[in-house]
Formats: sequence, C-alpha cells, structure tokens
Amino acid sequence: MTIEEFQNDIIEEFSMYDDWMDKYGYLIELGNDLEPLDAKDKNDQNLIKGCQSRVWLVADLVDGKIIFKGESDAVIVKGLVALLLRVVSGRTPKEILDNELHFIDDLGLKQNLSPTRSNGLLAMMKQIRLYAVAYDRILEKG
Amino acid sequence: MRYNIKKIRENFPILNQQVYNKTFVYLDSAASAQKPVQVLLKEEQLHNDFYGNIHRAAHFMADKATAEFEAVRDKIKDFINAESREEIIFTKGTTESINLVASSFCEKFLNAGDEIIVSEMEHHSNIVPWQLAAQRKGAKVVKLPFSDDGVLQIEKLPELINKKTKLIAVAHVSNVLGTVNPISEITKIAHENGVVVLVDGAQAVQHIKIDVQKTDVDFYVFSAHKMYGPNGVGVLWGKKKLLNEMPPYQGGGEMIAEVSFEKTTFNELPYKFEAGTPNITGVIAFGAAIDFINEVGIDEIAEWEHELLEYAKSKLDKIEGMNFYGESPTKTSVISFNIDGVHSYDLGMLLDKLGIAIRTGHHCADTVMQHFGIQGTARISFGMYNTKAEIDIFIAALNRVRMMF
Repeated sequence: MTIEEFQNDIIEEFSMYDDWMDKYGYLIELGNDLEPLDAKDKNDQNLIKGCQSRVWLVADLVDGKIIFKGESDAVIVKGLVALLLRVVSGRTPKEILDNELHFIDDLGLKQNLSPTRSNGLLAMMKQIRLYAVAYDRILEKG
Repeated sequence: MRYNIKKIRENFPILNQQVYNKTFVYLDSAASAQKPVQVLLKEEQLHNDFYGNIHRAAHFMADKATAEFEAVRDKIKDFINAESREEIIFTKGTTESINLVASSFCEKFLNAGDEIIVSEMEHHSNIVPWQLAAQRKGAKVVKLPFSDDGVLQIEKLPELINKKTKLIAVAHVSNVLGTVNPISEITKIAHENGVVVLVDGAQAVQHIKIDVQKTDVDFYVFSAHKMYGPNGVGVLWGKKKLLNEMPPYQGGGEMIAEVSFEKTTFNELPYKFEAGTPNITGVIAFGAAIDFINEVGIDEIAEWEHELLEYAKSKLDKIEGMNFYGESPTKTSVISFNIDGVHSYDLGMLLDKLGIAIRTGHHCADTVMQHFGIQGTARISFGMYNTKAEIDIFIAALNRVRMMF
C-alpha cells in the first residue's frame, strides 16, 4: 500500500466513531498497543521535547527503507505516534518526501498539531521529514 | 449579603454556551480570566465616543481620553492602596513590569558579585529577567526553596541574605501551588537587611485585598487580563523614591513633550517609564474591570472562591490515585494534581472534549516541576463566576476519563 492509501485507511477506520470520546478512546487503545521503545533509545538524543508531553523518535535505514520507532509519555500522543509510524515506517526516503501527511488534519485532530499545544507531535513530523532528507542524500551518494 | 452568583454570571456571556455540544465549564481563570460585558462595552464606548491619543494633543477627544486614562491610574492607586498616583506605571503586563525593574533597578543598583534571591516557586517571568540582569552585571541568582507541601521556607531567608543581597523576587501567590506567601514577613526581614522586595501579584490581585503600604513591599506587579480586564495591560507599582532613582527603561515618547501645545510633559513619574503610546483602549477598559471587582467586592469574591476550593478539594479527595501539589494552609482557588496512570496532557485533551477547560503542562514553572520530579500537572483554577454545579460536572467528567485508562 502507498502512503496515501494508508492515510485513507486510517480516515476510514475513524469514520466509525461519531463521538469525540470514542475517537480518543480508540487513540488510547492504539497508544497502549504501541510497542514500547527500548529504554536505551529513550535518550536525550531521540527526545523531542514539547511543553505538554514528550516524544521519542528513532530512525534506521534498512535496505533503502527507513524504519521508524517512537513513543510518547502521553497515551493519546502515543496513539497518534502509532498512526504516524504505520504511515511512514518502512518507506523509502523518497516516498516520505513525495507525500503530505494530512490524515491527522482530516481526522479533526489538528488541535494536536498546533505549535502552541506543543505536545511534540508537530516537531516529530518535521523530524521524520528531516530524517527522510538526510537518508535520501545518503542513498544518492551510494 | 448573599453572593449573587447568578447575577454575576449574567455579565459573562461567554460562560453561557456549549462547546462540542457540552456545557462549557471554564476552570482556567489563573491563565486568563473571562471579561464581563462592562469591560467590552467600555472598549466600544471609547472608540465610538471619545477616542484620541492621550497626553499629546489639544483637542476634545484627546482630552477626554486622557482624563479617562488617568482616572484609571487613580482607580488602581485606590485598589492597591498606593500612596500616590505617580507610583502607578502602566506596562504590557506582569512580565514587562518585572523586566522593567530587572533592567532599570539592576542597572542602577546591581553590581558584580551581588546577589538576587528568587523563590523556587516562581513563574519563569520572575526568574529569567533576574538571570539576564545577573548575567549582565556578573551577579548571582540564589534560590529560596519551598517545602513539599508548597510552603516557602522563609526561615531560611536570614541565612540566605548577606551584604551582597540586593533584591528578593517572590510571588504573592504561586500560579501552580496556589500558596499565598507571607510577603509582609518576607519584606520585614528584607528591610532589616537593606534588601528591596519585588512581589509578583499576577495570581493575587484578583483574589485578595492588596495594600501595598501595609505590606511595605517595594515593587508590586500584576496584569489586567487575570483580573477580568483586557489583554496587554499590566501595572508596575513601586515606591516613588526607588522609581525616581531608577533610569528610564525605554526611550521614546517622553521627548514628544516639545511638540505639544499646551501641556507640559513628562520626564517625571509615572511618564518616565511609559515611553510610546500606551495601550489606551486596554487601560481604559481595565478601569471598568476594577469597577466590576469593586462592585462585587474583593472580600466577597475571596470568600466565594474559598468555598469553591474547599468543595472541589473535598470531592477530589474521594477519588483514588490523586496526587496534589501545593497544600499550604493559606492558598487561593488553584488545585494542581496528577492522577496515577493518567498523563496530564491526556486528561486535558479528554476533559476539553467534555466541555471543560483546564490547564495542563509545566505552567511556565519548571523549578516547581523539578522540585516534585514531574513533567507537568493538571490544574484547575476558579474565578468569581464559577459554581459548585460546574465542579460537579468536572468531577463526573474526571471519573469518566479515569475509566478510559
């Protein structure tokens, strides 16, 4: 599936829920199911510090694809991290750079991306792009 | 007289609405208070009836606006019982008031090797300006700690003060803990040692009767928007003697004296510290907020909010897994807490969707968070317009949210 298809999948998944509390309940479920990061990876280098919650992001290039892993100390943010990872992890840098990540906005969860809310998620999305740019250059150089 | 909560709420139309199809419950007045219609109407009236730039022009509108603007200075003088109107300086807010003192006072009085004592429970606005001043002058910022119940350890003050100490910066009320600090006592100790005291009153003026003469502090600062007034207006009150000795903070507007026709100006207090066109609309509307508080009565407000605090605390105490931060015997209507297993951000997001506005995070008070070894807290805070019914809605929502984890 393409990044776009994954995003549409998620949007459809959430369309089952009318009520905000149900949407957030589902995010909590996703957050709880997210595989935790190794303790050693929850270091300052991988930390994206927001003033509301913290996010850790790890990226490795494996066979031309970026494997992302991440976590947050807030469960709802962890749920959003899980969704983001589903969309971007295991993709080539080029795929990531060629696609806009719009599903959070489409789900009506944009509030979580406001810079003033500063839960680390917006910074995480920027960081994902930065990793893609960096790995893209590495791949080009061979 | 019985506190007429119904009548008070009628003046705040914003409270009477729904968000996400739920009753809107505003429990974040410590961040910013909602404005009564009187404040909004005053802004409108100003622009419809008598707007002009103040102090500078010789025409009807400017004169009227100037009179209204200066009348607010008198209102504030009375509100905090200052000795004279010249001691009331308008700023953009508490933060600017503190920066003004940190800049001008320290320029004149702070020398290399000197010390400034800052309490551990301060908002960043009452820490960082002092650190910057200390950096400029080669001085040092020293911590006055608080104990785990959120009470300032003023018994440590005498040993922290030495010949190098120039100033103590302390909040009247902590924005996270709600602690009311004994500013008279602190000032007494400070003055015995020739040390000047600045009190950040941003979380106090809307809850407690302030008397700057009685407490004898040297500087007292606060913001209009936390006292039901507009944004972008603050006050620096300072003792005249000190203000006179301090150099100006910003240059600009005071030179305009030369182009005015019939009014002489202004290189004296308070104008010395009010460079540039001030927030005319904001200050004049602030006057309406002060009138409104006076009308309801600050003591009546304090009593009502205390009742709300006790009510909320008694309900919260029954919930399992609660951790409270700030249990001083003297506190205003602020409750900071965490629930075991629930991140404060998650709690805030979910309560929001249930129509309830609370504050979460570090509250711009990292040193308080560090004291408790936490990343953040949830905080509810009450204003004059909150009700016990709203607390019931909040408690029910809290219980519902807890079940989701």
